[in-house]
Amino acid sequence: MKKTSLSYYGRYPDEKGKFGRYGGIFAPEILMPALEELHEAFLRHHRDPGFQGELGRYLRDYAGRPTPLYYAQRLSWRLGCKVYLKREDLTHGGAHKLNNTLGQALLALRMGKKRLIAETGAGQHGLATAMAGAVLGLKTEVYMGEEDVERQRHNVYRMELLGAEVHPVKSGSRTLKDAINEAFRDWIAHVGDTHYVVGSVVGPHPYPLLVREFQRVIGKEIRQQVLEKEGRLPSLLVACIGGGSNALGAFYDFLEDPSVQLHGVEAGGQGLRTGRHSASLAAGSLGVLHGAYTRILQDEYGQIETSHSISAGLDYPGVGPELAFLQETGRLKVYTATDAEAVEAFHMLAKLEGILPALEPCHALAHLAKISRRLPPDSIVVLNLSGRGDKDLGVVQKFMEDRK
Amino acid sequence: MSRIQETFNQLKKRKEGALITFTTLGDPSLRRSVQLARRLAESGADILELGLPFSDPVADGPTIQASYQRALKAGMNTHRALEAVRKLRDKVKTPLVLLSYYNPVLRRGVAGFFRDFAEAGLDGVVVPDLPVEEAEPVSKAGKDAGVNLIFLVAPTTTERRLEKIVKAAEGFLYLVSLLGVTGARESLSALTKKTISRIAKHVEARIPVAVGFGISKPPHVREVIAAGADGAIVGSALIDLYTSSASNPAQALEKVSAYVHTLKAATAKKA
Repeated sequence: MKKTSLSYYGRYPDEKGKFGRYGGIFAPEILMPALEELHEAFLRHHRDPGFQGELGRYLRDYAGRPTPLYYAQRLSWRLGCKVYLKREDLTHGGAHKLNNTLGQALLALRMGKKRLIAETGAGQHGLATAMAGAVLGLKTEVYMGEEDVERQRHNVYRMELLGAEVHPVKSGSRTLKDAINEAFRDWIAHVGDTHYVVGSVVGPHPYPLLVREFQRVIGKEIRQQVLEKEGRLPSLLVACIGGGSNALGAFYDFLEDPSVQLHGVEAGGQGLRTGRHSASLAAGSLGVLHGAYTRILQDEYGQIETSHSISAGLDYPGVGPELAFLQETGRLKVYTATDAEAVEAFHMLAKLEGILPALEPCHALAHLAKISRRLPPDSIVVLNLSGRGDKDLGVVQKFMEDRK
Repeated sequence: MSRIQETFNQLKKRKEGALITFTTLGDPSLRRSVQLARRLAESGADILELGLPFSDPVADGPTIQASYQRALKAGMNTHRALEAVRKLRDKVKTPLVLLSYYNPVLRRGVAGFFRDFAEAGLDGVVVPDLPVEEAEPVSKAGKDAGVNLIFLVAPTTTERRLEKIVKAAEGFLYLVSLLGVTGARESLSALTKKTISRIAKHVEARIPVAVGFGISKPPHVREVIAAGADGAIVGSALIDLYTSSASNPAQALEKVSAYVHTLKAATAKKA
């Protein structure tokens, strides 16, 4: 039966790697054959039941999936609506990142690659790549901006304990975007034996597709779990957006359910008006960064601007092209929450539920707290709690002291 | 016939390869970068390739990254790059090729970018993160403005891709000689020579082939020309040389000029 033109699934990305006008491949010629090879390998292995079985086993027995969908009763009372937390913070390593790195590392293994490289901001993706590399016996090297190395000493040590080599990046703004540049440069020089494990739904095609497919497990589980508990779909899904992998992973399997609203929350930093934020969707403009056409933070001449957020995982001047597309079509609504609002939400969840969340999903929670009273009374909300907050304790402590 | 084509034709008659120099617009300042480029032309450079600095140059090594950072800090931008090209065009007849990552081109508007730089006197544009699959609107803007869109090919480029690229390419093919980013290297790899002969054979003289990335010394230039290339591109080595004496601009120019003479001398083809 022919599908109607309204259907989303199976249409994006198109054969040029585009989501509408977004995405595509804007990469140096050296990498083009490798990107083509990766796409072909992904299509082949991803439909192979053997590959899915092996990935499923690692996700279950190693990563600890499925993660619980937790009904947060005291939070629900406070916010005046029924709130479920999707506990990605309970994934091995403390964040959703491992879903993707296990998938990509298994794929790299099947492609005969000997070495993994990755970029990392806060260190969560680097850590998840180090875990996947260790458990699958692949040599792992991680690029991390010098400034982030300073801010996240513990994660650097964790990665090293897992056998990964961490390279501090001294170029540019010495943060995540420069770590990505440096990882690309490494890949350019070692494209034969190395797989670059991109950590979010960003980068040139096929990365936005790959990472989305490996993160979809979040949304698939939510769907099944919420139907079991409530017998109906949620009315609203909320997730934070940096590059966008946890959001797209949670949202994707609900795209064709118009009754489910999708809210993405970006880092408003010190406020959109100050210019110190990471809100590429809410306040950025069209351009090409790291191989994809999307919304980015740039000056009037097309130079990439430095982003800002209290949460290193959202501190990125670009965003996944599919999210830019979903925003343009109106399917995804985009909001922001500031550093201060995120920290406030951090304390709220800690006190009400005994959970120390990562600062990234605190942005989503802060947004939910702003709108919850306006939702219809029988609303069911699922918030993707993408990571745990251990890594952020120092940041929160410093923020509170500076405020005194 | 474009100025670039004409240059390659004349060099062919003289049995020489082209020496293409790469420097960054605005490093260390607009005025001094124009002065440097002009001196390169007077010292024997056949084509001047000029980098429009970009904040996130993924295909470039430490030398050009640092050069771009200095230029951006000194206030270089697309608008001022136009002014620099205009100034250079007044002084030299040498073909001028701009290297720009795609985002600054997009930001100005592709058609406007090409029209404005054509008016300033530019002959060609290289966009290192624009593969042939995405190039159609850019190619069209280049043709409308009379500016050659120059494509890169790499050791990893397959025959199928190569054919697509050769069909779209104008001016010359920019052959990336190694697996890696820009930056001076001590010696040429076996891969470089193998790649040059593979590409040259496929291209069958339909378009000149110039080799860049890692070429820093006269023997490298001699080797790539002997391997069948029509030109050699030297960038990071010149920037390193200039920057090492940047505190004394007159001396820096002398040093670079003398070096370019020796590089140019190495382009002579053996009979």
